[in-house]
Amino acid sequence: MTAIAPHPTPGSALEWDYAPAPESAAIGRIRDRYRMYLDGDFVDGQGDDLTSVNPATEEPLATVSTASAADVDRAVTAARRAYEGPWSAMPAAERGKYLFRIARGIAERARELAVVETLDNGKPIKESRDVDVPTASAHFFYHAGWADKLAHAGLGPAPRPLGVVGQVIPWNFPLLMAAWKIAPALAAGNTVVLKPAETTPLTALVLAEILADAGLPDGVVNILPGAGDVGQALVRHPGIDKVAFTGSTEVGRQIQSALAGTGRALTLELGGKAANIVFDDAPLDQAVEGIVNGIFFNQGHVCCAGSRLLVQESVADEVLDKLRLRISTLRLGDPMDKNTDVGAVNSAEQLQRITELSATGDLEGAQRWTSPCPLPDRGYFFPPTVFSGVTQSMRIARDEIFGPVLSVLTFRTPDEAVAKANNTPYGLSAGVWTEKGSRILGMASALRAGVVWANTFNRFDPTAAFGGYRESGFGREGGRAGLAAYLRSDEGAQA
Amino acid sequence: MDTARPQGGAAALAEPGAGPDATTPALPAGTAGTAGGLQQRPAPSPGLRTDAELSDATRDDSSLRRFLRGLPGIDPVGLEQRAAGLATRSIKKNSKLQAIDLAISMVDLTTLEGADTPGKVRSLAAKARRPDPAQPGVPSVAAVCVYPDLVAVAAEQLAGSGVGVASVATAFPSGRAALAVKLADVRSAVDAGATEIDMVIDRGAFLAGRFGEVFDQIVAVRQACAGRRLKVILETGELGTYDNVRRAAWLALLAGGDFVKTSTGKVSPAATLPVTQVLLQAVADWHARTGEYRAVKPAGGIRTTKDAVRHLVAVNEVAGPAWLDPYLFRFGASSLLNDLLLQRRTQREGHYSGPDYVTVD
Repeated sequence: MTAIAPHPTPGSALEWDYAPAPESAAIGRIRDRYRMYLDGDFVDGQGDDLTSVNPATEEPLATVSTASAADVDRAVTAARRAYEGPWSAMPAAERGKYLFRIARGIAERARELAVVETLDNGKPIKESRDVDVPTASAHFFYHAGWADKLAHAGLGPAPRPLGVVGQVIPWNFPLLMAAWKIAPALAAGNTVVLKPAETTPLTALVLAEILADAGLPDGVVNILPGAGDVGQALVRHPGIDKVAFTGSTEVGRQIQSALAGTGRALTLELGGKAANIVFDDAPLDQAVEGIVNGIFFNQGHVCCAGSRLLVQESVADEVLDKLRLRISTLRLGDPMDKNTDVGAVNSAEQLQRITELSATGDLEGAQRWTSPCPLPDRGYFFPPTVFSGVTQSMRIARDEIFGPVLSVLTFRTPDEAVAKANNTPYGLSAGVWTEKGSRILGMASALRAGVVWANTFNRFDPTAAFGGYRESGFGREGGRAGLAAYLRSDEGAQA
Repeated sequence: MDTARPQGGAAALAEPGAGPDATTPALPAGTAGTAGGLQQRPAPSPGLRTDAELSDATRDDSSLRRFLRGLPGIDPVGLEQRAAGLATRSIKKNSKLQAIDLAISMVDLTTLEGADTPGKVRSLAAKARRPDPAQPGVPSVAAVCVYPDLVAVAAEQLAGSGVGVASVATAFPSGRAALAVKLADVRSAVDAGATEIDMVIDRGAFLAGRFGEVFDQIVAVRQACAGRRLKVILETGELGTYDNVRRAAWLALLAGGDFVKTSTGKVSPAATLPVTQVLLQAVADWHARTGEYRAVKPAGGIRTTKDAVRHLVAVNEVAGPAWLDPYLFRFGASSLLNDLLLQRRTQREGHYSGPDYVTVD
């Protein structure tokens, strides 16, 4: 037989470092000072100014005027006046036109909004550019279409708005959460008082400019920055008809008890500890992508993050090898660089919480693996981290870390996967990876989670309802189900 | 025969002194023959686990079928999402210049037309040696790729240049001929001086599930062109699914192909980013299991510098930086080279020139 040449090992490959490709901060047109948006005007609030910090540099970005309890009162009064005045009198199709205008306004200022979001929040520019801002615009487009079709929402022939809505949103998706809250509320005919998060108020105030440019009648939307006390004043204000809150389970619980017996409507979108379940017949390379996207998207600051990986024991080693290799290619650093995959943690407090919670993983005997990526010498950064050998009893398997930390558990049978996945007080989301269609359907009905992704993770679309149950809250956002949170069924079913 | 790596190219771009002597195989050349004598691969280096599953896979037809069908599936949505994500990498300044020179050194400059003549091949060979005479420091391309009857012309023109002479063979592009004819085709190309052979697999046999037949043909071609590097064209556009692309790639790797290559360029779709990514994943997985480096060649449809850079990003991040080497990655292309040269001038001179500033061949 002819001798066959072996395959020699190659010699020297190219040392190829991607040159920095930073987006220009000037595009954000960040101003020194931002004011709150109340009754159609940008005005100074009576609260103490807050300073928003760029978490990637720890340098102050802008000062922001905040609201006092009296300002909340003025805003609720303005929203009530707008609700009883022009907004209710307006034909639904006209209301829809405003929403279309806002959607276009977001799209037109997309690049600016992405830069502001990244500077204020610390998330990578590629995420704010490719996910946050376009999805925010899509939410307004989607709900604009609903405004004059509410009779077909499945809530009776003439569902009515609730009135004035108080909304409190978190810092992980500042613009997108504002869109998720404002768009359905307006489409359904409500007026809004919204409080953005203390550490990320800027894009909501740029959105206020877009609302003003769209000619939205005064008082229909009011945006009041501030800390927890402003949120508390807002959700407890007797002049509002409904509260929508996205944030921690702890605060959600306080709001629910404050509202008990008041007759005011409430929807809560709270924490989660989602299981991402990988079966041995899964498309493994894409499952690895889904695991990475599930926990490292937005530095893991995602309430529906796939923070618990449940992998079938027969493929656990292979999946973990591939996963570590893939995580090593993630580029952590300057969020403004277009090639950055993992940006900065939003605040020093959150960084400390992530550090403390992951330390309990070491103490309780899990094996920590940290991505070898270099960390910048300033800013709040936490490297992608994987804990293997995690058991259900450890804190890192139970507590929401809200950071780039993955806990890996194994299972042997589908029943065991379901039992472990459901063994959490939360119930927001889950992921299932298998090429077997019947198993996807079986798992989806057995998992106690509001959202179940099959062979993908962290996909958001305005047409799909999002929300959880148990300690992850109640009520849905997006899709037809999301409209129910802002409408009173004419059959009187809705409180 | 000459298995020397192409000269110039990335070896010239990279840090000097890195890497072993290219002509010396780093792995022992043991031939771990299995039943039927079909599978030939070097014995694993010390420290690498011996992969019993891989040697069992080629024992007989049903083992091979079981192995290929047992490969993990590919979810198209997830694959295409990753490919689209990698395509958003922003490669600028010096990293772009590096990428352009690397891409030039990876081009298999190709002409595969019925109208090809010795004159056409001569001018292509001249371009391959010196792609841009006006610019100093432009690397030569990796190889020129022609039909077997024009190999002699190319070999004469490229003698001593370090540029390889690749020839398509095995009844290219359809592969619809008797094995004896295919092997004769290969031998004529080898006898005329080809240093690399680009064969096509029998897609009919593959789609009919006769994996063993495809395997045996690749092995036979490999023996017929011993000493030359063998590129196995999967013609992914005819395979229909990414699962099939992965199976065909593993089949080619098991049979000893040096390269897995996407397409003939005669079928659309040809090379796409997701398909190239499947092949890159296959060679990376192969390396993880055997310690061997195998190569990838997307061909057809890559026409612009931007496309080429996107492929290089995928090489870097899916297979790994070791594959940023013309020995392990090639572009099968004709018009790509001129766009790379134009972009190279733009990067160096700071302004655009135009198509008339590069040679038309």
